[in-house]
Amino acid sequence: MPDNKISTFDVTKIRNNFPVLNQKIYGKPLIYFDNGATTQKPQVVIDTMSKLHSEHNSNVHRGVHYLSEQMTEMYESARKKVQDYLNAQYSHEIIFTSGVTASINAVAYSFGEAYIKENDEVIVSEMEHHSNIVPWQLMCKRKGAHLKVIPINAQGELLLDEYKKLINSKTKLVAIVHVSNSLGTINPVKEIVAIAHKNNIPVLIDGAQAIQHQKVDVQDIDCDFYAFSGHKAYGPTGIGVLYGKERWLNEMPPYQGGGDMIDRVRFEHTTYDDLPFKFEAGTPNYIGAIGLGAALDYLTGIGLDNIQNYEKKLLDYGTDKLTALNGLKLYGAAGNKTCIFSFLLNNIHSYDVGMFLDKMGIAVRTGHHCTQPLWEHYKVEGSVRASLAFYNTLEEIDYLCEALKEIQKMFK
Amino acid sequence: MTIQEIQEEIINEFKTFDNEMDKYNELIKLGTDLSPIDSKYKTEDNLIKGCQVKTWFHSAFKDGKIFYDIDSISIIIKGFIVLLIRVFSGQKPEDIKNADLYFIDEIGLRENFSPLRANSLFKLVDRIKSDAAFYESKQNNE
Repeated sequence: MPDNKISTFDVTKIRNNFPVLNQKIYGKPLIYFDNGATTQKPQVVIDTMSKLHSEHNSNVHRGVHYLSEQMTEMYESARKKVQDYLNAQYSHEIIFTSGVTASINAVAYSFGEAYIKENDEVIVSEMEHHSNIVPWQLMCKRKGAHLKVIPINAQGELLLDEYKKLINSKTKLVAIVHVSNSLGTINPVKEIVAIAHKNNIPVLIDGAQAIQHQKVDVQDIDCDFYAFSGHKAYGPTGIGVLYGKERWLNEMPPYQGGGDMIDRVRFEHTTYDDLPFKFEAGTPNYIGAIGLGAALDYLTGIGLDNIQNYEKKLLDYGTDKLTALNGLKLYGAAGNKTCIFSFLLNNIHSYDVGMFLDKMGIAVRTGHHCTQPLWEHYKVEGSVRASLAFYNTLEEIDYLCEALKEIQKMFK
Repeated sequence: MTIQEIQEEIINEFKTFDNEMDKYNELIKLGTDLSPIDSKYKTEDNLIKGCQVKTWFHSAFKDGKIFYDIDSISIIIKGFIVLLIRVFSGQKPEDIKNADLYFIDEIGLRENFSPLRANSLFKLVDRIKSDAAFYESKQNNE
């Protein structure tokens, strides 16, 4: 694999690693500000995926032949890479899924089956993505349990005192987002976990928007589950991770049955394989997992600290520039946040702003960003969201501001 | 005027615009002037389902013709609504149902009607057509 170590952060060099960035949209240079939806792929991930298909493809865990053994080794090595990236205690605590949504649904089903009874409670927050709300609602409906919601303040920060008040003897799980996809708020997950653990309540963290921006150490956070998606961390689509503490994963029943996850199958009774295979029924997305491994190698090569520092510069610069723009209202002003700018421009609908930004070569997302309850809090239907990554530049932020001024003129 | 004649008229009007942005400026102008939907029709039931941009649809059938009251929260969508109402309002159900909406291609704004876009225009045209089919069959059964 090529060495992607970059000792000094050089955004021009980094941009050269992402071929998709080098193109024009409607004749304008592409400014890709939709990284919250998905990130672009570095050449090393693209090459890895292509090489796997053209030189190595074979199903894992089944064969006695050379290619299968080789692929199995690469697949398990990818699991080890994720373990190292998250600093998990064991590699069998890493379950490959199709993404965060699948990871959370897996816990909602398996944990629900094992531990949730009628009138139990699960705590989520007002800023959750729908994928960390709906699976719990389904589980609550199945079990006759109830969902409790931690409110937020005007800046988009969780009200921890309210969280403490929600905890009681009926609380069985806390499921909380690490970084808000709509506001960029970085939640104090370590503190949230500590509060829950004092009451012997496990915590699941949705890390979809965190893992690509900062170091995540699941042992330090001490969370019980951590979920993320590969495609938001510069890896391929269709691959995700569920980290779970060994204790929980051993106790929880599997949520899907099929090949690869069994020990012995009889019509009367089936016993399951050990971790992690118990939770990986069917042929896994081994090529996606290895591609994700390449993406994580790439990120550690650049250095998560370097990424975080550079993105902080983008955040500070962008916040200053956008708040100086008359008629623009930013949503999310948490003291600790990632480089996400959620805003509305005058009284122009977010779709109209997004459509014109597209015409100017700027890719953003508009609407509710799958966090409808959050926008109900702000009494608006959604926003324009510019979500930046470490390949974005200060000049691109300038261009965004100029484009927004142009749009204001059109709607005058 | 027939649906075809109205479409030709719109195509000719849009020929005067040199570039795409001028066309969108015209849509903004049209959208700003769209009369808001009667508040009694601005209901959850009248929302076009599955669209990120809230758009309300109501139609009335009078003397064999359909008349529309449509509204949206997006000015651009409103601009298109003005054009669609101009083409279809006051026409017969069978003519609406069978109409080929070629003016969208001719004025060069087809991308806005793609089913892949987050707006409501594709579904709105669909709704106009199915609504016309409903009135047509109702008329035939009377």
